[in-house]
Amino acid sequence: MKFPDVLIPPPLKKPQKPGTNGGNGANGGTPTDRAKEAPADLVGWLDERTGATSFLTGMLYRKVPKGTNWFYTLGSATLFAFVVQAVTGVFLAMYYDPSPTQAYGSVTHLTNDVFLGEFVRGMHKWGASVMIILIYLHMARTFVFGAYKYPRELNWIIGVTLLILTMVMGFTGYLLPFDQRSFWATVVGVNINGTGPFIGPYLSDFLRAGADFNAVTLSRFYAIHMLLIPGLLIALIGAHLYLVVKLGTTAPPWMHPKRNRAIAKEERV
Amino acid sequence: MNRRRAFTVAGQAVGGIAGAIIVLPAVGFALAPIFEKPKELWESVGLTSRFTDTTYKPVVFTIVEGIGEAGKTTAFVRRGSEKYDENPNSFVAISTRCAHLGCPVNYVSAAESFVCPCHGGVYDFQGKVIGGPPVRPLDRFQTRVERGQVQIGPRYSVTSQLQPVRARDPGEFTGGVWNYIYPPRPDTAPAP
Repeated sequence: MKFPDVLIPPPLKKPQKPGTNGGNGANGGTPTDRAKEAPADLVGWLDERTGATSFLTGMLYRKVPKGTNWFYTLGSATLFAFVVQAVTGVFLAMYYDPSPTQAYGSVTHLTNDVFLGEFVRGMHKWGASVMIILIYLHMARTFVFGAYKYPRELNWIIGVTLLILTMVMGFTGYLLPFDQRSFWATVVGVNINGTGPFIGPYLSDFLRAGADFNAVTLSRFYAIHMLLIPGLLIALIGAHLYLVVKLGTTAPPWMHPKRNRAIAKEERV
Repeated sequence: MNRRRAFTVAGQAVGGIAGAIIVLPAVGFALAPIFEKPKELWESVGLTSRFTDTTYKPVVFTIVEGIGEAGKTTAFVRRGSEKYDENPNSFVAISTRCAHLGCPVNYVSAAESFVCPCHGGVYDFQGKVIGGPPVRPLDRFQTRVERGQVQIGPRYSVTSQLQPVRARDPGEFTGGVWNYIYPPRPDTAPAP
């Protein structure tokens, strides 16, 4: 696949072959000329050893179908919401203490006393809802545009798994402020989970680490919320994006090829 | 089987064993609490003379140690009543955890019933369901009398006929085939 030369920024362009008289004045020119070439040299050095240019141009300058519109940005928006959650979550973890006696105090401390704490916590709290909303909009776009059909069924399945994992993030994160509302909401949530036949009761015990809410329940929810599920999410987002790049996006359903009489006749048969 | 295939199989087997040695203990570590036998906690909640057979009195006690207020729960206690074929020297302790989804119920003495604020579950004087979504009567706690004090022990669930069974979580049916669909868990105390 060959892209128009103007699309590729100069530093990412393939270096000239040695001996040809290109603009790549590594062997001559004034010191200022050579200084100007330094960034390109650095990029070239990295590119020669990683092959990043062909990978990045292939990913960033890939062709998209005619009719691509703003609805196609919902997936990127969801990814951005995830990145916001990841970054704010890392910083919240610096102040949070997942012990039943300290958790509530550490949350009120980081909200009220820490510089910009209310802002960072607010981003994490409201960002969680934003992420769920964006996921549903992204899912609706995929469904309405028929973008889940062959050959993209696997990406739909990965997407549904991502939705479920995000729900688990919401469920486990809700307990962490450890106020009355989050405690009782978690009690109700774990009990709903326990109504699943045969394995439900054991799954509840696994979540609580025992028959009742106890000393290690909160740290267990915290570990699931900040280590287990994010790891799975990042891996599956990688697979999701890989398949998007590999398979390309679909055109909107109203962008179909013009039919002539021969095609129409073929379709009838 | 040729040499190349034998080495492939052997290499994968060694890799699989090495992986299992790491993964299986970690999984067991995370699952162990499901199989742990609970420690029986008994706590005194007042002199026997404090309780009557006509109304319930709320008592607060600890069911999980080491987590402060979050480990405490409330039960409603009364003396056994001959009206319901109970031994007058025994004590009945009703759990406040609604059998629907675990919200805390309150005893309304004027109506002689327990009412749940979340989804409108209503239970009669004995804790049997008379309205709303709960799937079984209110759970109970084992009781005993020690040196004139009423003591409260482990929780257990009951069937709709008030037959004791091992403690279930709220939302799980009891009695008949339901005892198998929602199996008893090894980390709860046996039924009395």
